[in-house]
Amino acid sequence: MSTQKTVNGSPTNGNLQAKDFASDQEVRWCPGCGDYTILKQVQNLMPKLGLDPENIVFVAGIGCSSRFPYYMKTYGMHGIHGRAPAIATGLKVARPDLSVWVVTGDGDALSIGGNHVIHMLRRNLDINVLLFNNEIYGLTKGQYSPTSPRGQVTKTSPAGSVDSPFNPLALAIGANASYVARAMDRDPKHLQIMLERSAQHKGTSFLEIYQNCIVFNDGAFSPYTDKTQRDNTSLYLENGQPLLFGADDAFGVRLDGCRPEIVDLRSGKWSKDDLWIHDEQDRNKAWLLTALFDDNSSEGKLPRPFGVFLAEDRPTYEELVKQQIAAAIERKGEGDLESLLTGEETWTVKG
Amino acid sequence: MSIIEKQKKEVTIRFAGDSGDGIQLTGSQFTSTTALSGNDLSTFPDYPAEIRAPAGTVAGVSGFQIHFGSKAIHTPGDMCDVLVVMNAAALKANLKFLKPGGIIIANTDGFGKKDLSLARFAPTDTPIKDAKRSGYIVIEIDVTKMTRESLKDTGLPLKDVDRSKNMFVLGVLYWLYSRPLDPTIQFLTRKFAKKPEIAEANIKALNDGFTYAIATELFSERYSVDAAPIEPGTYRNITGNDAIVLGIAAVAKRSEIPVFLGSYPITPASEILQGLSGLKNFGVTTFQAEDEIAAIASAIGASFGGSLGITTSSGPGIALKGEAIGLATMLELPLVIVNVQRAGPSTGLPTKTEQSDLLQAFYGRAGEAPVAILSASSPADCFEVTYEACRIAVEHMIPVMLLTDGYIANGAEPWRLPKIGDLKPIDPRYEKDRENGQDATPFLPYKRDENLVRPWAIPGTKGLAHRIGGLEKEHETGNISYDPDNHQKMTEMREKKRDIIANFIPDQEMDEGSETGKLLVLGWGSTYGSIKSAVFEAREEGLDVSSLHLRYLNPFPKNLEKLLNGFDKILVPEINRGQLSKILRDRYLLPVEGFNRVRGVPLTVSELKEKIVQMYNS
Ligand code: SF4
Repeated sequence: MSTQKTVNGSPTNGNLQAKDFASDQEVRWCPGCGDYTILKQVQNLMPKLGLDPENIVFVAGIGCSSRFPYYMKTYGMHGIHGRAPAIATGLKVARPDLSVWVVTGDGDALSIGGNHVIHMLRRNLDINVLLFNNEIYGLTKGQYSPTSPRGQVTKTSPAGSVDSPFNPLALAIGANASYVARAMDRDPKHLQIMLERSAQHKGTSFLEIYQNCIVFNDGAFSPYTDKTQRDNTSLYLENGQPLLFGADDAFGVRLDGCRPEIVDLRSGKWSKDDLWIHDEQDRNKAWLLTALFDDNSSEGKLPRPFGVFLAEDRPTYEELVKQQIAAAIERKGEGDLESLLTGEETWTVKG
Repeated sequence: MSIIEKQKKEVTIRFAGDSGDGIQLTGSQFTSTTALSGNDLSTFPDYPAEIRAPAGTVAGVSGFQIHFGSKAIHTPGDMCDVLVVMNAAALKANLKFLKPGGIIIANTDGFGKKDLSLARFAPTDTPIKDAKRSGYIVIEIDVTKMTRESLKDTGLPLKDVDRSKNMFVLGVLYWLYSRPLDPTIQFLTRKFAKKPEIAEANIKALNDGFTYAIATELFSERYSVDAAPIEPGTYRNITGNDAIVLGIAAVAKRSEIPVFLGSYPITPASEILQGLSGLKNFGVTTFQAEDEIAAIASAIGASFGGSLGITTSSGPGIALKGEAIGLATMLELPLVIVNVQRAGPSTGLPTKTEQSDLLQAFYGRAGEAPVAILSASSPADCFEVTYEACRIAVEHMIPVMLLTDGYIANGAEPWRLPKIGDLKPIDPRYEKDRENGQDATPFLPYKRDENLVRPWAIPGTKGLAHRIGGLEKEHETGNISYDPDNHQKMTEMREKKRDIIANFIPDQEMDEGSETGKLLVLGWGSTYGSIKSAVFEAREEGLDVSSLHLRYLNPFPKNLEKLLNGFDKILVPEINRGQLSKILRDRYLLPVEGFNRVRGVPLTVSELKEKIVQMYNS
């Protein structure tokens, strides 16, 4: 991968391997937790960044996913609940040279830290956000989360949750994110590609990863991971390509005005040319894509897209900050402390 | 009638009018001219609480008080000698601040039927007559009419003409206190350089106000106030918030540590964020965060990256930051938290002052979370204290809370400019690159030096990659540890690290009086001026009272206990319900007595002196 994230222009990490990015700390997730795959894929990605470990920082909040920094042999901070985006913002503004990653969960990012997430996204700092969505509170042992579907029975919703869940990618686009994508733990190959794409994107990349919590919410994403169902429920996005899904790409999605509909390509009525062509740069279409959010536990629903929904090029926050500082120095010169302290009006008292 | 010329040692003037009357500008011009005349002085603006209170109402009255003299001045004055009122509402709101028999200069044009009704006077009320009857000297001037007369040939629209009213009044006052007009004329010329016709109109109004006072023999007396014995040097006038801005800029320039301010607007602290936002060429990066928590969290992120993270707020915002302050305590990174206190709780009286966040600063966090605490005692003092707070944060890798309050944030006083060379450079504990050799000793992020300070290992430094977080750390390695003995050890260590700072701060000095005696008056923060003046007055009357004022609140200076033990009685005046008193009693088991008022305003010198005399004699 040719990376844009280099320090002082050139990659310096020689021939580092994934294991060089694994810390000596014992990983403490439940056996079978989806977090393990994600950790492995992130460690696999690291050498491709072309960066020495000391130029990479993982920042996390609180939750199962947020233990992540302890397992990476990079710089890292395990912060407080929900605040990782704000911590990362300060770090990135102060140190634009670093590759900064935020690892968060559905509760951390969308409940207690919701405010910071939306503001980070609109500002568009060059930060890579990995949102581990398991639709449950795991660390506190099984309460419904802001992404739990309505009706979910948990310890705090014995009669079923009455909350309407967030659609995280719609939320992100609504917050003017420049990059949104979705992947899942059970498809590590695709996850690896998504991680690479996230790393390459200049701006806040918001990658939602469906992650199975084997203990408190096992099978939450089974419609997309179960071998018998997934063909008909998951749609893999490819830039410039039509929206196809189903075994042998039997089905497609076309746009009837602004309304997506499933078409059967075997019927002879529709061809690939009639389908919705994916364009990562088209914000309006990305909006519509995020609305493909049907509950796929029953059949005949619109499929759930995976891949890059939107990748838009626009200046990052830290670039703009830097430019303003440079412009101020250009205009006024390096600040002169003496004249600043003196101010506009002084008087002298003689001894 | 001949005019009697009188010398005055000190004078307090209060300007009051509608928000649109240019009261703050009038006040600040009088201040500049007074400073240039060599007087010592102290000022305080009294803004209306509501931004857009209807014109002419009591809620919309803006005030400005200046206390100046030929002797040392420490407060803006309890009560004023002269009250300048531009309308009926201003008189209604401010008469209570005028000394008995004092002078009222009233703009009669502001006392019409409508003005009376807006100020909620009855139509039959005659406030000016009533004031005369109560023994005040009332000087009536139809300022609107006179200003229009003065500027009738300028051709300016009436709106602009009327905006020069404040200069006419200022001219009258300059005559009354024998002040030169030149400084204000120069100021107006500068300010309206692009609109010379406006400058001229204002200057004419100023001149005509001055001559009007002579020609009409408005006053039977005229005053002069001699220069005060002031320490030689170059001075400027400064507010507390501005002094903090300069203190932070000085740290950035002197220490070569990049400074990052993460802040969220809040009264009365916003001016600090505003001020630093304009200093981009001074090595300060400002970030207006989405909320108070993001403000401090971003500062912590920046500190992790090797900047000095600073956050500024007021009490309610500090409450929101509590969890993050706890995190910074665990991370042992430099962080400065400025609390410009206001009257609480909750939204309380946001534009009024109080010292009621001291216990919050000491204890307002989850767990045992020791931070260092400093306080500023006056507007000018904010500069040095800010610099000192930053030094301690960086050199001891610890969060430092700096307490000021609305009174010194907005109040102003002359500040003797420091010599830049006298500002000690700050020494950051940056850890250096390490090669990843086989035999290199592993890096221990929580290995402490003799002062229990850990290294500042910032991302980008080779061989030091490490993970930190809010979970309890193992001693030295910094790895997560749930070991009971380790938690005990680390908790004690964090506290001890804070306490060791006492070895790096100056001994406490007495402010007035001897180091032992019958009564010690001890204060902290913005009560400095009131205490100093009250103790001074008591001593003039022969009472052997001493006073000292704390800058370092946690840890206390090492010699404090000894000083306290040298007195029979200790009085602690505070604008709260006795917070420092509690702490001192707890720490030193001494019978400390408090003098506590929470009215949103500074303690007055007279009430304080009364208390001192009473306690001294009892
Ligand atoms: S509780 Fe769930 S999410 Fe947390 S570690 Fe266990 S399996 Fe993973």
